[in-house]
Amino acid sequence: MTRILMALMAAALAMAGGGSRAQSPPQSIVLASTTSLQDSGLLDAILPKFTAETGITVRVIAQGTGQALATAARGDADIVLVHDPEAEDKFIAEGHGGERRQIAWNDFVIVGPAGDPAHVAGSHDVLAALRAIAAARAPFVSRGDKSGTDALEKRLWRAVGRQPSLAGGDDWYRDIGGGMGAALNAAAGMNAYTLSDRGTWLSFANKASLKIAIEGDPGLLNRYDVILLDAKKHPEARQEPARRLRDWLVSSTGQSAIGAYTKQGQTLFNPSAAAPK
Amino acid sequence: MEDFWITLGSGEFVRIVALSLGVSLSATTVAIVLGLPLGAALAVFRFPGRRALIVIVNALLGLPPVVVGLALYLLLSYSGPLGMLRLLFTPGAMVLAQAVLATPIVTALVHRAVADLWVEYGGALQVDGATRLRAIPSLLAMGRLRVLTAGLAGFGRTISEVGAILVVGGNIAGYTRTMTTAIALETSKGNLSLALGLGFVLIGISVAVSATVFTLAAEEKR
Repeated sequence: MTRILMALMAAALAMAGGGSRAQSPPQSIVLASTTSLQDSGLLDAILPKFTAETGITVRVIAQGTGQALATAARGDADIVLVHDPEAEDKFIAEGHGGERRQIAWNDFVIVGPAGDPAHVAGSHDVLAALRAIAAARAPFVSRGDKSGTDALEKRLWRAVGRQPSLAGGDDWYRDIGGGMGAALNAAAGMNAYTLSDRGTWLSFANKASLKIAIEGDPGLLNRYDVILLDAKKHPEARQEPARRLRDWLVSSTGQSAIGAYTKQGQTLFNPSAAAPK
Repeated sequence: MEDFWITLGSGEFVRIVALSLGVSLSATTVAIVLGLPLGAALAVFRFPGRRALIVIVNALLGLPPVVVGLALYLLLSYSGPLGMLRLLFTPGAMVLAQAVLATPIVTALVHRAVADLWVEYGGALQVDGATRLRAIPSLLAMGRLRVLTAGLAGFGRTISEVGAILVVGGNIAGYTRTMTTAIALETSKGNLSLALGLGFVLIGISVAVSATVFTLAAEEKR
């Protein structure tokens, strides 16, 4: 018994110790970011280049924008990269961070089943499409997780003048409370429409019968911003390496790394650090 | 399925498996170190509050991982009481969370094993002049296979757990990503066959650990 316990303990310690030694380089920062940037594979593609140049390891926590900003506000991240301008404004107004820079944009699309029960496919008018989906009571999956995508979806329903809810008898509106990938899996499983950022959609591997139904509405623009934490309010944040990551993301090297990331020959994110704010 | 074989051959995958085992075995070790004496003491000693403690330990068997994760998150967060430790989003926080989950399991199962033996042999051991404290090692030795099962149950809880470590570990690539959080991530990317393949590897690893422990135990018995 003792021998087994000791063997187990030695194995556990060796692995835990070995693991953390190998993975604790001198400098690392925590980046609070969104599920769309992780699920689309962008961060995995570009961050190793930054690490190779600077020796700074970036530890990515992928959450919805709302949660990512909350994580940073609690002091648990060094820099944020998110996509909900309204929530970002609030974060900045509360003094948690600033020096916001846009790094890339793409757009949102509404995807839906190939059968297109609401007859909206091909439309470029997202509000009209949402009205048609609601009128047809066609299944619609909502993130419901206060992410950037979820915030946009709620704004679109507000613009339509109707926030569907299960309590209001809208049993076709399915609030799944999950990330982008979970919402796409759910939509694929229940032949529903859902709002997705184009990056996650293009790289998503379980599309089943889903297809893009609505795209190209100017209201579906999706911009990603990097925000540094306020040095006074968050003295715990590793400012210097965080600033280097911010500077790299907007530099020509970082921007071309973002632009070079493609899936099936399509660019997922358009670099836009030079764009007017 | 091509993804699966590529993933299996990558250095990243080896790190993920090593971290899964490292975190789970460390947490199980903590649970055994705490649960073995606690479970035995609950079986052998009589003290006020003992029954209440037994009820609590058994109730904690159903501790929801995500709640443990959330509570530890609030404790370990920089604005929380233990924020200065800077443990959040590290493997250390994951070991802590899983130790909290596994300790009640080991304690409750060791208690049950030793309590039965105490009913049967307690009188005889005391006739031999052993104090209750000194009787504990003999009882644990007698019930070694059931005690072993207690340890394996704790390990089973930790290696398969995802709710708590996702919250306190953050599923950071190359740092806090384990088998279970990688499966959750691949599922959300829609890579369902890769996720399922990793699931089978995880089950295989659990089986291998159990088999190893039981083989060692069988050798020791001889």
